[in-house]
Amino acid sequence: MIRFRLNGKQMEVSADPMARLLDVLRDECGDTSVKEGCGEGECGACLVLRDGEAVNACILPVALAEGTEIVTMAGLRDTARGKVLIDAFATEGAVQCGFCTPGMVIAADALLERSPSPDEETIRRGISGNLCRCTGYDLIVKAVSTAASKGKGLW
Amino acid sequence: MSPRLSDPVVRVDAVEKASGNAAYLADIRLPGTLYAKSVRSTAARARIGSVTWPALPAGYSVVDSRDIPPRGRNAILMIKDDWPVFADTEVRFKGQTIGLIVGPDRDVLGTLVSQVRVDYEELPPAFTIDESLALKGGPIHGKDNLFAEYSVTRGDPDGAFARAARVVEEDFATGFQEHVYMETQGSLAVWTDGRLTLRASMQCPYYLKKALVHTVGCRKEDVRVIQPPTGGGFGGKEHYPDVLATAAAIASLKLGRPVQIVLDRQEDIQNTPKRHPSAITIRTALDARGGILGMEIDTLLNAGAYETCSSVVLQRAVFTATGVYDIENVRVRGRAVATNIVPSDAFRGFGAPQALFAIEMHMDHLARSVGAEPLQYKREHLQKTGSRTVTNGTIHDAVLLEKMVDRIVELSGYAEKRVHRIPGRGIGISVFSHGCAFTGSGERDLIKARVALHKHTDGTVRILAAGTDMGQGLFTTFRKIVAGTLGVALERVLYDAPDTDSVPDSGPTCASRSIMIVGHLLQLAARQLKAEWQEAREQEVWQEYAHPPQLLWDQQSLTGDAYPTWGWGVNAVEVSVDPATYEVTTENVWTIYDVGYAVDRLIVEGQAHGGMSQALGYAGLERLESRDGAFLQSTMADYTIPTSMDFPMTHTEIVENPYPYGPYGAKGAGEIVFDGGAPAFVLAVQQAIGAEVRALPLTPEAIMRLCAHGGKP
Repeated sequence: MIRFRLNGKQMEVSADPMARLLDVLRDECGDTSVKEGCGEGECGACLVLRDGEAVNACILPVALAEGTEIVTMAGLRDTARGKVLIDAFATEGAVQCGFCTPGMVIAADALLERSPSPDEETIRRGISGNLCRCTGYDLIVKAVSTAASKGKGLW
Repeated sequence: MSPRLSDPVVRVDAVEKASGNAAYLADIRLPGTLYAKSVRSTAARARIGSVTWPALPAGYSVVDSRDIPPRGRNAILMIKDDWPVFADTEVRFKGQTIGLIVGPDRDVLGTLVSQVRVDYEELPPAFTIDESLALKGGPIHGKDNLFAEYSVTRGDPDGAFARAARVVEEDFATGFQEHVYMETQGSLAVWTDGRLTLRASMQCPYYLKKALVHTVGCRKEDVRVIQPPTGGGFGGKEHYPDVLATAAAIASLKLGRPVQIVLDRQEDIQNTPKRHPSAITIRTALDARGGILGMEIDTLLNAGAYETCSSVVLQRAVFTATGVYDIENVRVRGRAVATNIVPSDAFRGFGAPQALFAIEMHMDHLARSVGAEPLQYKREHLQKTGSRTVTNGTIHDAVLLEKMVDRIVELSGYAEKRVHRIPGRGIGISVFSHGCAFTGSGERDLIKARVALHKHTDGTVRILAAGTDMGQGLFTTFRKIVAGTLGVALERVLYDAPDTDSVPDSGPTCASRSIMIVGHLLQLAARQLKAEWQEAREQEVWQEYAHPPQLLWDQQSLTGDAYPTWGWGVNAVEVSVDPATYEVTTENVWTIYDVGYAVDRLIVEGQAHGGMSQALGYAGLERLESRDGAFLQSTMADYTIPTSMDFPMTHTEIVENPYPYGPYGAKGAGEIVFDGGAPAFVLAVQQAIGAEVRALPLTPEAIMRLCAHGGKP
């Protein structure tokens, strides 16, 4: 049995310790806000927070989630930070196909945690582990900047 | 300023997607679902001797050509139906599906698939255009390996060459490009009471329906296709979904359970269609003063093992061969050749980017060879309203290119930067167009789009159309067009997830046609509904496509107006090249587009940014090499697409130039934003290194080789 907290809820799953956290979240926990884009830690579509740190769930054995707090978009969306981020992404036109977006929002949250008032360069660096094929990133950069100013004090 | 339709709104699906609530294909869970994995050919060209399947655990099954119902066909209907669902007698490319193993546990499937043994009687494969034309190993397709061959002539090219003072000839080459939509391809088939419901990551529900009816051999009314949220398409989900869907449908029919196929990224990169590699030769006849008398252009596309829509891609490459230049005497020949490689197919730009790269570079090189300033030389040959096209059609609508070029020169400081060169730095400008919608009379003769508006008693209006949103914002822009025309709030108009059981066939979502063609029909329907509006009554208004009367086209001779109208663009890219590593830094990007009218300014800007990023990837980052019929790059680690760190903000301006047959004057915008990026980038690098470039992608390694032959950053 592997135990971890998912979005504030205690989870207990019987899974191969080497199973990907991504599969456990999607198949065992029913959390499909976590997407699989590449399966090898390159694209960030499966980004989640593990004890506040952004990690790719597709290359993390679930054993390494034992005893940790995992936050996905399904949890972040109900928080004040999540709402500010979602609103900023939506208003700035940062969402196109949307497949990278949950992971991108998680990356933005982790970035703002480290750097609450980032400049363009810092934002670009902060989301550089997340690939997007639709937007060319410009409006995502804008959205993160908007979230930083609208959400002042939240991070 | 009063609000305009163009003013941005929040996309109707943005919050759902950003929250992680949107259920893409792989997120859909139906009870009892089985998963399928393809057994793929390891031979590029072979006759299949025998297939030995491993002993399967309980609950696992093999599905192959023997499972196609007697009424059906082992054939995937795209334009032709040459691509079999399951290879049974021969394989034509590495990765071709021979069968499926289907079962409940995805992890087990991989192991079982690796245990399948196929005996091949291998034949000599043809991989390159030259090998295909030489019929290496005998023809793959027909007698000559040509999926399509076209020739168009304007004026008297032979006469032009006969009186030429000088002839300049150049060869251009472009490579593969992989779409890398963030959501990989996937399909989910389920039969209930003799009816098939098919969900897939897709662009074209009615293409899927047609393909499924053809393969299964059932009635049209037995197939229902629904589009879930789709994570990017770029052309890659125009026809390939047919390949997975037909296989999934046969498996589900056999096993009586829902069957889902979702490709992992590596499988997707290795086996799904790409942008066609091209080899284009341009010969130009010049007069004694360096003026252009005529051109001869020979365009070859490597189409891969099956036809897909290569013929139509080739048509666009041929019709775009002279770019935005008014060349009086010209002959263009085009051939799409069969090779033993994964079939290439639609990809944003659809043959135009290859043609535009060649002509933009060639015009620049011509200017240099006659001692003219390249942009000035191009300006002297620009098409205008009333100009003839390469297919002897007419540019009917207003052309604002002159002003757009002026503006980009001003924005980018081009003139100053060309004269006062900084070593290792360069700037390039591309000028280009994109024919909107289907070729020639295709909208009238092939697509015949139909839409409807259904008004409910509460006054809400549902759009009935088959256009899909794969990220380009169509669910939002269609609603804006209808709400704006009716004069009601956006929330009062409904449109989502096209379902062939409830919407008419308004045609595929491709070819920069959805806003211009389908959006226009919706606007006409909305005008009629507004005129007939009755409170508290249920009403329905239908609208069918009508061809603009001034457009003339003969499909036999390929003569006339090749497209209903054209979008126009100019791009400027500024780069610096590292003298030690030959790495290119893109310093600045400016873009100006005439898309008629932007139904939503922010959505068009999003297209402009994303199109440029993808184009700059095509130009300098994304190298996909085929060796012995397999791609050397097959992951996101070795096939690198742009990250947020690679390019600066794209400065975008939109020029209004309303098209009379588009909604609010709108034309297509999805592809033109890709078309000009590569030539602008390469022209900039050319200036930086002082060497002429004729091939894409222009990677640091390619720059190093050019510099070894005399170029210098």
